Amino acid sequence: MIAHAIFFYTFSLIAVISAIMVTVSKNTVHSVFFLILDFISISCLFIMIGAEFLGMIMLIVYVGAVAVLFLFVVMMLNVAQQKNQWFISTTSSKHIPVGIIISTLIFFELIIVIGGWKYKPDLFNSNNLDITSEVSNTHSLGQVLYTDYIHVFQISGMILLIAMIGAIVLTFRKREGVKKQSYIKQISRERSEGVEVLEVPSNKGVKIDD
Amino acid sequence: MTDIGLGHYLTLGAVIFTIGIIGIFLNRKNIIVILMSIELILLAVNINLVSFSIYLGDLSGQIFTLFILTVAAAEAAIGLAIIVVYYRNSGTIRVEDINKLKG
Repeated sequence: MIAHAIFFYTFSLIAVISAIMVTVSKNTVHSVFFLILDFISISCLFIMIGAEFLGMIMLIVYVGAVAVLFLFVVMMLNVAQQKNQWFISTTSSKHIPVGIIISTLIFFELIIVIGGWKYKPDLFNSNNLDITSEVSNTHSLGQVLYTDYIHVFQISGMILLIAMIGAIVLTFRKREGVKKQSYIKQISRERSEGVEVLEVPSNKGVKIDD
Repeated sequence: MTDIGLGHYLTLGAVIFTIGIIGIFLNRKNIIVILMSIELILLAVNINLVSFSIYLGDLSGQIFTLFILTVAAAEAAIGLAIIVVYYRNSGTIRVEDINKLKG
């Protein structure tokens, strides 16, 4: 139990500090790196409390795909060196105190909710989709995901497809002066516009237009 | 203190959620950091769902965490694509310069 406590406090301290560093660091690239550190420590916490499949998926999806995508965009847009100017920005910093007030209100609401949860232990006997200890976490997730939640699973696949198509359509642009193949043009080409039969006079040759 | 329960994980989720909201409000730099704050908020929600799922012995929370992961990945991809297009058109993604819709 003491080891669990030590690991929990270590990982959560790293997670909270790196979450703060995501918002306050001056360089955007550093923000992305701290975001990666945050995801890694949270996935360590997930693995620690027994949701190992989600921890691994979190590592793969967030660290392997999303954070690298963020890093790629930050470096491509060349905004890494834009200095952080909050608290000294003059014109549009009027909403900062409102933001701080709203954030502290939300924090204390969440803390109150947690306290209320602790003093209501009779909610603990909700028992559908039990976690059984003899099969592994991945196995039981798969058994539920592909049977009870198959429609939601397929809809999430559709969401990913739509996101992919949307990203491609948004960032696609036609550039001038680039020679490209056009399949429609190639397929719809006819013999009459491609081949021309000429009478070649002897000893003269023929001029082929270019 | 050494007995880690559900409340500890929920408190961690609350702290990270609040840091994400503060990041959205206080950010004056560029809009990518706002997207990262949204990712932090979704991460806090995932922490809450997974810890409830473990401590209640109910798998539905982990299933929904999986779907939240899917939607978060799609949202990050679309958001970054919009940011790339905006940067290409206007040359800046500073938060206070993005006011074309102000009228």
